[in-house]
Amino acid sequence: MIFSYELLAQALVTGLLIGGVFALISVGLSMIWGVMKIINFAHGEFLMIAMYIAYFLTAKGGWDPYLTILVTAPTLFLVGALIFQSTIRPILKDPSMNQIMLTLGLSLILQNLALVFFKADVLTSSTAYTRMNLMLGPVVVRGSQLIAFAGSALTAVFLYWFLQKTEAGRAIRATAQNRDAAALVGVDVRSTYLLAFGIGSATLGIAASLMIPFYYTSPTVGLFFGLIAYVVVVMGGLGNFIGALAAGLIIGLTESVGAAMLPGSLSRVLTYGLFVVVLLFRPQGIFGGKRQ
Amino acid sequence: MKKVWKQNGFLAIAAVLLLAAILPLFAGEYALHIAVLVLLYAYLSTAWNILGGYGGQHSLGHSLFLGIGAYTSTFLFTKAGLTPWLGMWIGAVLAGLVGWFVGYLCFRYGLKGPYFALVTIAIAEAMVSLTNNLNAIGGAMGLEVKWEGNEPLLMQFESKAGYYYIILGMTIMAIWLVHWLSRQRFGYQLVAVRENEDAAEALGVDTLRTKIQASVLSAILTALGGTFFAQYFTYINPRNVFGEGPSIQILLFSIVGGLGTVWGPAVGALVLVPIAELARGWLGGSFAGAHLLLYGAVMVLVMLFMPKGIIGLYESLRQRLNRNRPAPEEERRSA
Repeated sequence: MIFSYELLAQALVTGLLIGGVFALISVGLSMIWGVMKIINFAHGEFLMIAMYIAYFLTAKGGWDPYLTILVTAPTLFLVGALIFQSTIRPILKDPSMNQIMLTLGLSLILQNLALVFFKADVLTSSTAYTRMNLMLGPVVVRGSQLIAFAGSALTAVFLYWFLQKTEAGRAIRATAQNRDAAALVGVDVRSTYLLAFGIGSATLGIAASLMIPFYYTSPTVGLFFGLIAYVVVVMGGLGNFIGALAAGLIIGLTESVGAAMLPGSLSRVLTYGLFVVVLLFRPQGIFGGKRQ
Repeated sequence: MKKVWKQNGFLAIAAVLLLAAILPLFAGEYALHIAVLVLLYAYLSTAWNILGGYGGQHSLGHSLFLGIGAYTSTFLFTKAGLTPWLGMWIGAVLAGLVGWFVGYLCFRYGLKGPYFALVTIAIAEAMVSLTNNLNAIGGAMGLEVKWEGNEPLLMQFESKAGYYYIILGMTIMAIWLVHWLSRQRFGYQLVAVRENEDAAEALGVDTLRTKIQASVLSAILTALGGTFFAQYFTYINPRNVFGEGPSIQILLFSIVGGLGTVWGPAVGALVLVPIAELARGWLGGSFAGAHLLLYGAVMVLVMLFMPKGIIGLYESLRQRLNRNRPAPEEERRSA
């Protein structure tokens, strides 16, 4: 492998930018997991749905990719709310393994429905932003990735503001901390769950629209991003918003520096390996907090 | 009453065995193919059920062991000409070691429930990436089991009947093993660990050791099935043995049939595999993921409406009909 500082600098920049998107994909999962103590194993497939919507609007409908957020985010909110209401709410009190199996079943359904409708083809949409590049010395900064990073950061800040300052946000945080106590002080836990699941899913709509100018979509794309989201959430600490952001950047850097250093797709081994190590030694996340 | 039931049970098992033994005499190749698939998944799920059902440690990455078994014997067969009959045991030993290592790491650090599930997925996915990049074992192209003609000594047969009898034998052995183990000290300890680990520990059960033993046993059996998988389908690649698909199929039938029961995995496979294969046959070309779509829907429906599976449903119906017995207590298995 040829090593050069230009290559490393390039990998660092790309990693940081992609890491922002990883963080955005993960904050929704983190919120759902934190509030309902449920891991949605179909999280990646939700993202896949949104990516198909964004793809068809841009590639076939000629939309500006970033305008598709107006469709993807509300649609994903609805998809999330509907799926939550119909399948996840009834088993909220069941053992966690049943919840995992159910959401795993959902992911199989969504993945294979996508396979039926869209075939196994890998779809990439070439938009005006795809070839927009910025040169920082020898390092190429892809415009679409820069926008995605900025968009992710903006969404994260907005979500943070929402959770801290609004009544609904406080209700979500209160429910995450102690659902019975929250109910006692008048929080409507049922609708808070629905809202949290909807918002957690809607963030994936935004992420998908931000990614579509530089990332392909396929029926199995959710598997990889789902795993990335679990890695980021566990690493950042369950329900820890800032932790998820930091972990997203770490995983982004690991992925892209690994890809620059290792042949083929071996960088994935590095990412998953890091995940296993974190789960074994710091399942409460690398940023402190007590063991779950 | 109980004695009559028991006698009937033995008769039923004897009748099923007899029927299974003579099936190839009248079944066509396609029917036999479905029978082989039913048995293969019954076998693999029975192996998973030891750790997942009896031990309560749900591995979502059991394809790791399937793949180790499949790749080890196939690699040794294609590169060194070693018969899979021997290669399968080398794969089993390797899988046992990996099962011990994974079990030791996870259980030593107290991982359980969703965290254990996530580690197992991550390890299996890492294995997909690793094997995709290992050109010595075919990389992403995988390995083909070369056809040497009808050679029972190389686990290759002209007719499906040969494969059928092998997997029939393996499945009977596995079910018998689980049946026997569930009445041994080890079986009771394993269930105790699942139901309440602290209580089991307080009663003197070495919970760490029990879980690791279950992990090793489950890994070894799964790997043996992996060799059969490779010989039967004659082609393996990283995604189709180490991937998410096989992992889900391995555990699905235990869940549908009944977790932690002797017959659950077999019943689940017997009910589901033929439906899925027929659906695949009918819709095949236009509808690639038909069987997985069906499996996904079944998983959701089972979790919503009968989380204890077919055996659980049957047991509660039987107890409801039998008024001599007290009403069954609703107990939910803790994860």
